[in-house]
Amino acid sequence: MPQDREIAIDVRDAVKRYGTFAALKRISLTIRDNEFFTLLGPSGCGKTTLLRMIAGFEDVTEGAIYLYGEALDTLPPYKRPVNTVFQNYALFPHMNVLENVGFGLEMLGKSKAEARARAGEALEMVQLSQFASRKPSQLSGGQQQRVALARALAPRPRVLLLDEPLSALDLKLRKSMQVELKHLQRETGITFIFVTHDQEEALTMSDRIAVMSEGELQQLGEAREIYERPRNVFVADFIGDTNLMEVTVDKVSGGRAQCHLGGGHSLTCDAVDGVEAGARVHMSLRPERLFLSAQPAEPGSLPGTVRETIYIGTDIATIVDLEDGPQFTVRSSNSTRGNARVFEPGQNVAVNMETGAARLLAD
Amino acid sequence: MAGGAAPGGSVQSETYREARLWLLLPAWVTLGLLTLAPLMIMLVYSFLTKEFRGGVIWEFSLGAYDQFFFDRGLFGDDAPKIEWTYIGIFWRSIWQAGVATILSLLIGFPTAYFIATRPQRQRALWVFLVTIPYWVNLLIRTVSMKFLLRDEGPLNDGLMALGVISEPLGIVNTNLAVQLGLFYSYLPFMVLPIYAAVERYNFALSEAAADLYAPRWTVLRRVLLPAVKPGIVAGCILVFVPSLGSFLAPDLLGGAKNFMIGSLIEEQFKGNAGNWPFGAAASMILLSMVLILLIFSARQSQKGGA
Repeated sequence: MPQDREIAIDVRDAVKRYGTFAALKRISLTIRDNEFFTLLGPSGCGKTTLLRMIAGFEDVTEGAIYLYGEALDTLPPYKRPVNTVFQNYALFPHMNVLENVGFGLEMLGKSKAEARARAGEALEMVQLSQFASRKPSQLSGGQQQRVALARALAPRPRVLLLDEPLSALDLKLRKSMQVELKHLQRETGITFIFVTHDQEEALTMSDRIAVMSEGELQQLGEAREIYERPRNVFVADFIGDTNLMEVTVDKVSGGRAQCHLGGGHSLTCDAVDGVEAGARVHMSLRPERLFLSAQPAEPGSLPGTVRETIYIGTDIATIVDLEDGPQFTVRSSNSTRGNARVFEPGQNVAVNMETGAARLLAD
Repeated sequence: MAGGAAPGGSVQSETYREARLWLLLPAWVTLGLLTLAPLMIMLVYSFLTKEFRGGVIWEFSLGAYDQFFFDRGLFGDDAPKIEWTYIGIFWRSIWQAGVATILSLLIGFPTAYFIATRPQRQRALWVFLVTIPYWVNLLIRTVSMKFLLRDEGPLNDGLMALGVISEPLGIVNTNLAVQLGLFYSYLPFMVLPIYAAVERYNFALSEAAADLYAPRWTVLRRVLLPAVKPGIVAGCILVFVPSLGSFLAPDLLGGAKNFMIGSLIEEQFKGNAGNWPFGAAASMILLSMVLILLIFSARQSQKGGA
């Protein structure tokens, strides 16, 4: 990704306090122009607070936010060239769909004719032209969602803020809206800032993701980077499924660390900065990066017994008890092409790992 | 057989229908005895002939309505002429009640908005405070209002002490005094329904409007007011209707000059000077006015709600 691309939003040392409670503890991040950027975290992590500060609904206790180089300071919401898609849509109940979508344009002083025409275009973009004269209450949840999207896009904001817009939709609709949103972002070239607590949603749609927890930024990076190289325990645990366990580092040399876990099983993985021999640290092992084979275990693999096999549909998860050690979950694709064997509970197996499957984490 | 369930079902619904009749009976009795019957008595009395010391003679007559609208009488030898006295009183009543309603709305709306935007736990306390004056009898509150407004009262004393005015304003026995009295009497009726509407209002709508470049006043005008309109209409009706028929405030604060329809009606039934059919006719005219107003506002709010 080009680094010289224009910066859309620059958050510098932003702090948000409600009384003595700090909702945001000094966050700095930059969001690039024309980027699909996601703020991801559990509820109460401060992601919505940050979004509302960008929109202007919350003021910044300390620090500053810049929009294309311009400080937003105390600029009221109605003077900021950003628009929001609200969690529960917040459509105006007494206006019809076209009036809702045209509202922003009208407020910007566009002529009635132009407002109508551009609102019509926005409705076309979300395939709702035939519902222009309906009231919001006459639409389904998914349709209301798209009206809210059209309404926020119609004034052509520089940045579009989306506050968990898909959380009220059922799974199938949510999946198709994810694709549609991604598509709309590409088509319009508008910078999207998307807030969600759904890690899968974040991975699916985002160019870059900021993982937040307890008012702090945990990690910022592309989806693959965050999933495959989580920086700390929180990120590894929050994004995707993982086998998280404590290990003791025995030896560090040549960028590799040799560790052992409960039961004396030892394994080698990439070292991370600041980890020395003797340290107790956390290790993350993604279940899909592990595979099972029949015993006797080859060198480097871990011997254990199958406790349970779980059929998930796309995948098969096998829970394995290591001899005198922790429990592992191993996932293999439910496909006849793969050579993954399905083992029965009670069978002795060896847990093998792909290179790079094990990662040491900072706390 | 598929029809097997149907007889059982209809027996059940018949039982239910019968039970429903009995269950509704108290409501019908209450409505009939307390609302319809008195209205019918009024209606009948308005078409009877007056007895000079109060009461009626059981003889059909249009005299009461004739007296209300026409000078010299519709049935006399001369051409009928419209009698403006009572229509004038009526018109003044509408005007006074209208001003009181607007005053209530101007003060009541911000009050209701303020209460509805307090933290949840504080709201009950504020609503309680708004209703406290209702623990005191209306007559006493109206007399107190006169005490406050009179030339030697705290309002004039205060303003003179502050140097705002050099002479008492002389508010008592003016239209303004009546308007203030009505406004004070019925303000909670404006605050409470608007409060209920604003409390239900989704404030995300205001944020959405501000987000879409609407300044504060535009948010109020284009989004908040239409959303809480049913509350405003209800509040206006609840203040306007009792103000229109009120007689305490005009009697005590307005003096003889500022007679309102309520006082006119009251006088017809008081002591020996009364004219019952005329009082009943004036009441029926007042009632029709209010009904027309209610139907009109119901139509309006239906239009807004669709």
